[in-house]
Amino acid sequence: MIGMHIPDGFINGPTSLVAGLLAIAGVALCLKKTSETLDDREIPVVGLAAAFVFAAQMLNFPVANGTSGHLMGGVLAAVLVGPWAGGLAVTVVLSVQALLFADGGLSALGLNVVNMALAGAFIGYAIFVALRKALGNTTWAVTMAAGIAGFLVPLIATAIFMIEYAIGGNEAASFGTVAAAMFGVHTLIGIGEGIITFLAIGAVMNMRPDLVYGARGIATRTTRPTLQGAPS
Amino acid sequence: MRRISTLAFVLIGVGVAVLLVLVLAPNANPNPDGLEKVAGDKGIDAGVTDHAFAEGPFADYGVSGVDNTWVATWIAGLLGVAATFAIGAGIVLLLRRARPTRSPTPTTTTTG
Repeated sequence: MIGMHIPDGFINGPTSLVAGLLAIAGVALCLKKTSETLDDREIPVVGLAAAFVFAAQMLNFPVANGTSGHLMGGVLAAVLVGPWAGGLAVTVVLSVQALLFADGGLSALGLNVVNMALAGAFIGYAIFVALRKALGNTTWAVTMAAGIAGFLVPLIATAIFMIEYAIGGNEAASFGTVAAAMFGVHTLIGIGEGIITFLAIGAVMNMRPDLVYGARGIATRTTRPTLQGAPS
Repeated sequence: MRRISTLAFVLIGVGVAVLLVLVLAPNANPNPDGLEKVAGDKGIDAGVTDHAFAEGPFADYGVSGVDNTWVATWIAGLLGVAATFAIGAGIVLLLRRARPTRSPTPTTTTTG
């Protein structure tokens, strides 16, 4: 298992610094919004979202010749606990990885937070909501939209990475060459991201749909059937 | 089907994460990931420098002094799961504590 986010020295200093400032602003917004909107019972669920994304990021799956991919987790976390707390959860994962496991450069932490935590949670969640509505706002639509938005997460991260590369990359290869290779491999990684997101959100929708932030306002089928006359 | 409690749900979820670490993480695909592969192929990683904590005790999801890669991955993975859970839940707990609560707060009686 290798698991590599953007390392130090990959994108130049000024670009990394700007990304760092963007990351700080984004995380500050996440903190503010989370404190305003989060339900108390969701507190351990935010911990779970971070822990699950961390564990899943260790599981590199093969995508092509000599290449692997792993979950990024932005949409998974955002659908589960909302874009604000979801962005925080993935930021926690990336920070622990950089500080404890030397995975992802310290000077590149802002880049990685912007690309994977914030873009995944904000842009990915917006796409999820649009898809959920288009699919009819049902329980099934929640799971399906999460899967499709999950598929797009690595492509969103790649698009933003390409902006960073264009501004602060080392120019060893042309933009088009890098973009073609990056979008190609991340389309394959997206399939894995989509499947994992679909399965994970589907499982939670079966167990506790009321805990799924992305399903708020959706008429969930679990209307507490009292088949066995169990005291509720 | 009766709904499980939030505590049970979180325990199940963490249990799944632990199982992923124990069973699947040591078998994860060892090839470079998408970014690393493209970077190496295209030479755009020429300026990359060593991580400041590359010699840290848990660098690259290993454990210094533990040669068995399965055991090292288990320890690193479980440590990461515990740390991310604690920090993730801890931050939002602190946020909620700091925020003026909606619900009527019990008067804080300091003992002593």
